Amino acid sequence: MQTLIDVNSLSGGYDKNLVIKDLSFEVKKGEFLGIIGPNGSGKSTLLKLMSRALVPRSGTIALEGKDIKSMDLKEFCRKTAFVPQDTVINFSFSVEEIVLMGRIPHLRRMQFETKKDFSIAHNALSLTDTLYIKDKEISELSAGERQRVVIAKALAQEPMLLFLDEPTSHLDIGHQAQILDLLKKMNREKDLTIVMVMHDLNLASEYCSRIILLDHGAIFKNDSPEEVLTYQNIETVYKTVVVVKKNPVSFKPYVILVSGERSGCPQE
Amino acid sequence: MTRSIRRKILFLFVILIGTVLLAITRGSVNLTLTELLLHENRPILYLRLARILMASLAGSGLAVSGVALQAVLRNSLAEPYILGTSSGAGLGAILAIIIGISSAYLPVVAFLGAILTTILVYSMASQGNKVGVQSLILSGVIISIALSAIIVFLVSMSSNEALHGMMWWLWGNLQVYDIRLLFIVAFIVILGIIAIFILAQDLNAISIGEEEAIHLGINTETTKKILFFITAMITASLVSICGIIGFVGLIVPHMMRLLVGPNHRVLIPATCLASAIFMIMCDMFSRTILSPLEIPIGVITALIGAPLFIILLKKKQRIK
Repeated sequence: MQTLIDVNSLSGGYDKNLVIKDLSFEVKKGEFLGIIGPNGSGKSTLLKLMSRALVPRSGTIALEGKDIKSMDLKEFCRKTAFVPQDTVINFSFSVEEIVLMGRIPHLRRMQFETKKDFSIAHNALSLTDTLYIKDKEISELSAGERQRVVIAKALAQEPMLLFLDEPTSHLDIGHQAQILDLLKKMNREKDLTIVMVMHDLNLASEYCSRIILLDHGAIFKNDSPEEVLTYQNIETVYKTVVVVKKNPVSFKPYVILVSGERSGCPQE
Repeated sequence: MTRSIRRKILFLFVILIGTVLLAITRGSVNLTLTELLLHENRPILYLRLARILMASLAGSGLAVSGVALQAVLRNSLAEPYILGTSSGAGLGAILAIIIGISSAYLPVVAFLGAILTTILVYSMASQGNKVGVQSLILSGVIISIALSAIIVFLVSMSSNEALHGMMWWLWGNLQVYDIRLLFIVAFIVILGIIAIFILAQDLNAISIGEEEAIHLGINTETTKKILFFITAMITASLVSICGIIGFVGLIVPHMMRLLVGPNHRVLIPATCLASAIFMIMCDMFSRTILSPLEIPIGVITALIGAPLFIILLKKKQRIK
């Protein structure tokens, strides 16, 4: 498989606080990569560095062999898109207007959207099952609908690589499955490469083809879900007792939390 | 742009022309259009046209600056004076009056005061290469209050004459004292509005979030800096010749968002037209209600703007 992203001894963070320390890894074309780790391990910071929302302290990130730092930002945004955890929009844009904004990287300054841009936006709306609310105001939507619209906006950018930062953490189990199934479908059918930060270990196990487990800004493990999600790894990094079983349907690892009083270990 | 929005913009344009025609015929003497074109009435025609131009510039400049700042600060309650231009210009003007600088240079000193204050507010809010939205609003408010305190102190220490000059600043005035100044301000304001309109798509993206804008390929920090600079230039040049005119920058963008929506490629032209209409009307009231006395324009905009704003706010709450 072709290498899409090559991260090389990357370090970065905020002001004096170095969050990501000397990370190196690759993302292959067509992968569904999950990034997991405890709070403060640097998952979101890593995603920000990879998506150019944050400038690295040192190290390089190459997209298709080109250093992203020297790439034109609009060109970069024609190839990658980003879906945040939750989007708060103070102004009463309609759903269609929001999704059309996904076309901004493809438009020249002062250029209005063409028929083609509208059809791409409508296609993204129907893929995320939001075409029926296209004239609604974004502020009237439920969290699940809003997140689908934000994903539609990202898809309207026609990226080859999609970054997502815990896109389903505010959603109920039904909406979680709906969004992750959609991403899986886009990943399989459209060869969309996905790099997603996830909180829920079992969802990561279920959907990702590979998982990177972060601990204190460094890679603890970078392998298939079966290799990463072992009780030894999780207990070491999360400092929590767990039991790992096989999901009876998908045969992927399934992580079960053992509550403090049953685990028999005195809590520190 | 949909058909209904095009129709709404056209509608605003027609109202603007109607308002201009009405405003040139009204004043301390009411003249018909044919009378105005007579040779002996030419000076009145020119005077009124200059005044209408001034009113349109002040309205459009303040309201479009308001739109831009509201998008950048992601707060629809942001005022064009939020970066401290009004208090800075006020302090500059009062210092000029007290020191006894010739009144011809008053706008220059006021302009310098406004720009220096904006720079102070901006540098207080910036950390490294970035400017936080919250800290910008906060430092703007703090510096405005501090400068206002100095203004009040200076006014209380000086004679009545200076006080009268001060009122002119506090409540705005659209009288054109110097036609050259009008043209300089027109140049700055029109150029600024065009520049903001060119950045309309960037404003759309930034108004949904700074990081979201970066992910759409917009260099957010640079765009913010450009917009702060443009709005500071527009408001500083306006405040230096017409003083502080409140509410236009707040109320017109609000009304236009209700009329044409938040998309800046439509919102900016609509706001530009509507605020010109609003200001020409307010100016007409200020000249004619107690004629030959003139009510300061800021009094009119506040008296119309405040109740209107409360109604809009209540309406919005009811929707939510």
